[in-house]
Amino acid sequence: MIRLEHVTKVYKTSPRPALEDVSVSVDKGEFVFLIGPSGSGKSTFLRLLLREDVPTKGEIHVADWDLTKLPRRRVPRLRQRIGCVFQDFRLLVNKTVAENVAFALEVIGKPRHTIRKVVPEVLQLVGLDGKAERMPNELSGGEQQRVAIARAFVNRPLLLLADEPTGNLDPDTSQDIMLLLERINRTGTTVLMATHDHSIVDSMRRRVVELQFGKVTRDDSRGVYGVGR
Amino acid sequence: MRASFVFSEVLTGLRRNVTMTIAMILTTAISLGLLGGGLLVVRMIDRMGENYLDHLEVYVHLTDDVSQSDATCSDEPCAGLQSSLQNAAGVESVVFESREEAYARFQQIFAGQPELVDLTRPESLPASFRVKLENPERFAALEEEFSGQAGVNRVVDQAEFLDRLFDLLGGVRNATFAIALVQAIAALLLISNTIQVSAFTRRTEVGIMRLVGATRWYTQLPFLLEAVVAGLIGALLAVGGLVVAKLGFIDRVLQGPIEANIIPELSLADVLLISPVLFGVAAAVSAVTGYVTLRLYVRN
Repeated sequence: MIRLEHVTKVYKTSPRPALEDVSVSVDKGEFVFLIGPSGSGKSTFLRLLLREDVPTKGEIHVADWDLTKLPRRRVPRLRQRIGCVFQDFRLLVNKTVAENVAFALEVIGKPRHTIRKVVPEVLQLVGLDGKAERMPNELSGGEQQRVAIARAFVNRPLLLLADEPTGNLDPDTSQDIMLLLERINRTGTTVLMATHDHSIVDSMRRRVVELQFGKVTRDDSRGVYGVGR
Repeated sequence: MRASFVFSEVLTGLRRNVTMTIAMILTTAISLGLLGGGLLVVRMIDRMGENYLDHLEVYVHLTDDVSQSDATCSDEPCAGLQSSLQNAAGVESVVFESREEAYARFQQIFAGQPELVDLTRPESLPASFRVKLENPERFAALEEEFSGQAGVNRVVDQAEFLDRLFDLLGGVRNATFAIALVQAIAALLLISNTIQVSAFTRRTEVGIMRLVGATRWYTQLPFLLEAVVAGLIGALLAVGGLVVAKLGFIDRVLQGPIEANIIPELSLADVLLISPVLFGVAAAVSAVTGYVTLRLYVRN
């Protein structure tokens, strides 16, 4: 599903590479934690997968796409198969829950009858049925993140990228969100989650890829956060 | 492409940014109005050319004493002049106009300005031959042959006055085009700025759109259409302004010369004929400006 081969990314503004000779391979249907301190290269990793940037050296493959050779006009197709969730939810505050989810389908030109059908389904999946007409500011943080996850998942992506999705949530709510991500993973969607959250990583016992100063320092198939330290 | 989605985005964009949108529409309207004005002057010049060039004549003004004494051109030197003019090379026709006839024509031309007619005595107008040339370029030869002759005061080429009039109109046209151009630059900058502000206020939406894989058309078309819609509203105002200017101002100010057939009348049809040009220019310019702005300033 994801294959990075000797990927190096150097930003013009910094002499030190953000990623240095990173090679990681993730199979379809895997659940992978990407951990490491701030500035270790997690965000760059995710940006490269979304083709927000191209690597300075190396190759990146996502599904059947070779991202280093993917022309600009094909990038939307790639992104339509990748769902994204962030720490700050990134909801549109002037749209209702249902409209926020529908927006992701509207802007890629899905027909209206499809939207009317799948939006309630996905809201039910994330446990927000009955809150479709609420505005984001009427929801708790956990509920807002559920909306964001619904939006990321509504188009049935092959891959779900989550950048610190529990960073703004209390431990209990974080657990609920993790259960939801796990459920999504069970549908066959590959999940890659960047996080600082020790307890979540430790309790889930999934594959852990650790980055430090842009290099992969650990790749455990059933890891915990703080091993070896 | 879902038209309803794009359409609602355009409306939201224009509303959210209303002061900027109004400024953009007004500058565009003024610029296009001036452009339209210039085009109308061009039309006027063309039509005047058509009207006049066919009837261009050379005037051989006779001296005061001949004008006074010989009202029918039956005596010398008038009769002799007439026959030698008729026989001169390149002359198509020669018509004698006596002082009285000249005065009658003067009264007719300036019927709109009775003060001028009151002030002018027939004695101040000369009798003349109106000579039509087969080729207007022959004027110099004719002038050389007749200007010194007895009874001739002056040989005058109408084309000379016409040139001066055309120069004046050409100047008016160039000035309107120049101001239109300056205004157009202001309009371009405003369009560009409005799109940037619009893109900035909608950066969250655009960010999400890019993230979920919306194509360039979906993310950028609303901004582009916003500029085009504003441009077209500007063009509408410009056409409206020209119609109002024609009915309320030009018709009144130029009433005299128009009735005297010196300047062709500006019809509403003329204004309507140039309006597709204005709409076309508005749409093209705002679309191109929008496209370039999005390319340069707004990340894809």
